[in-house]
Amino acid sequence: MASQKILHVHKPGILTTFQDMGRTGHQRFGVPVSGAMDTFALQIANILVGNKRDEACLEITLIGPELEAYQPVTLVITGADIQPAINGKRIRMWRSFHMEKGDRLTFGKPQSGVRAYIAVAGGFDVPAVFGSKSTDLNSGFGKIIEKGEIIYGHHTECCKGFGYSSQSVPIYEKSIEVAVIEGPHTEQFSKQDRQQFFQLSFTVGANSNRMGYRLQADNDAITTAGEIWSDAIPFGGIQIPPNGQPIILLADRQTTGGYPRIGTVISSDLPKIAQLPPQGKIRFYPISVEEAQQRAIRMESILFCLEKFRAGLEVEK
Amino acid sequence: MDFSIKPVGDHAVKIQFNEAVSPQLNRIIKMFCEDLEYAAIDGIEEWVPAFDSVTIYYEPSRLVYKEICKKLRHVVPDDGEDAIVNPRHVYVPVLYGGEHGPDLKRVAEYNRLTEKEVIVRHQQPDYFIYMLGFLPGFPYLGGMSETIATPRLPEPRKLINAGAVGIAHEQTGIYPVASPGGWNIIGQTPLKLFDPNNDDHAFLFRAGDVVHFYEITEYGFSEIKEQVADGTFNVKLK
Repeated sequence: MASQKILHVHKPGILTTFQDMGRTGHQRFGVPVSGAMDTFALQIANILVGNKRDEACLEITLIGPELEAYQPVTLVITGADIQPAINGKRIRMWRSFHMEKGDRLTFGKPQSGVRAYIAVAGGFDVPAVFGSKSTDLNSGFGKIIEKGEIIYGHHTECCKGFGYSSQSVPIYEKSIEVAVIEGPHTEQFSKQDRQQFFQLSFTVGANSNRMGYRLQADNDAITTAGEIWSDAIPFGGIQIPPNGQPIILLADRQTTGGYPRIGTVISSDLPKIAQLPPQGKIRFYPISVEEAQQRAIRMESILFCLEKFRAGLEVEK
Repeated sequence: MDFSIKPVGDHAVKIQFNEAVSPQLNRIIKMFCEDLEYAAIDGIEEWVPAFDSVTIYYEPSRLVYKEICKKLRHVVPDDGEDAIVNPRHVYVPVLYGGEHGPDLKRVAEYNRLTEKEVIVRHQQPDYFIYMLGFLPGFPYLGGMSETIATPRLPEPRKLINAGAVGIAHEQTGIYPVASPGGWNIIGQTPLKLFDPNNDDHAFLFRAGDVVHFYEITEYGFSEIKEQVADGTFNVKLK
């Protein structure tokens, strides 16, 4: 399918990048996974416009871009509510819509959440590096969307008005509780410190980004025995550096690290973290790996069913 | 072989080998990764070998924790007796000092050596690559002489060029991409540590390789750099 000019960037927003499900398969060579911070919102967006679930979307952070359509396109916006509007008229999120040539998509003030996703029917035309279209600024893969840039895509015909049921749309809170599987460096922490970790309330520090969130306990810290032999870090790994203030490692994390990790946030709770703003509050509670995997499988089946349902509608059309 | 399997969240497990970190353990880990590749277990997505562990990423909707543990117990070798693998030797040219090695003087002063002595001592060892990580293609090298160990810079540099060779504490390394960093930069290699456009040979190094640094002149540097750019330079391997 030929690639065409679809969007003109009038304003870039503060951090607008292409992201997909990440650059997997090369971590053993030190290539970070990167990818969407909120993979649930990204996959829903793709399903609603009939794309493959792992297609690249634009990830918007707090301040949205201003985009003008070069030709008729079908889009959807999921994730954080940043008040999207077409030609000044507010539109619904989590529901596909058309833009005609010359229409302008703008965003307002963030209402809830941090990161929104724009999917276009047919997908964006972005070069893949190591099999992924994700922007990873630390590794030099891709770049931030800039003013004046032209965005290309593979335009396909697609119906507007496909929506995710409003009762199912996630609600992004400023104070969250997330489940954690303890380990793998449990022996680096005293029993008392492990208990304390689950009792404290933490605040997301200003110096938090796609690589990781720096947390601060109110007047408290977790002590560790020091460094460990570097090992692989998963999405959601919670590192305790020598200052005792945890860091949750996220999409742009390095593949490996040498600080002990007290636990890992379960995958089905990662979207809540991705949508937690600076100064947001977070508490942790322990969970078994079996229970965490049941929740992960439940989330996967929601996506699977929606995808099948969407494909069925396309056939009837 | 004594090992334990631990969950790392709901999408990964870590195989922890209960052995001292050594090139021998590294060969056992390498063999284990080859067996894992051969076993082609459905639901496993990738794995990351490290100093004394291998972390395996998998998809729980295809393979749950109990099942992966059971399958991995069949893959882990009983012992490392037959772990005799001849490592690949990779020769890395370096232009030391001058504008390419702005911290060579600092390393020399800190260790009460001359710059020449630092360069000689940096080239002496056979460096063993325990693992890749931190940045794409970055080798964690073991074996640097303690006599040239130097603490990180008090203030990290905003930008270090790709190919910069540095020292941080008792480690030496090469920056594969331009990056901010606090390493003492003592030289520069004209080699590319990774090339995302080269599908077959995207990475210069593999875990388990042995690295040798050798000094080149400014003229040699620009010559090799040109050849690397044309794709005509053959990295010396053994």
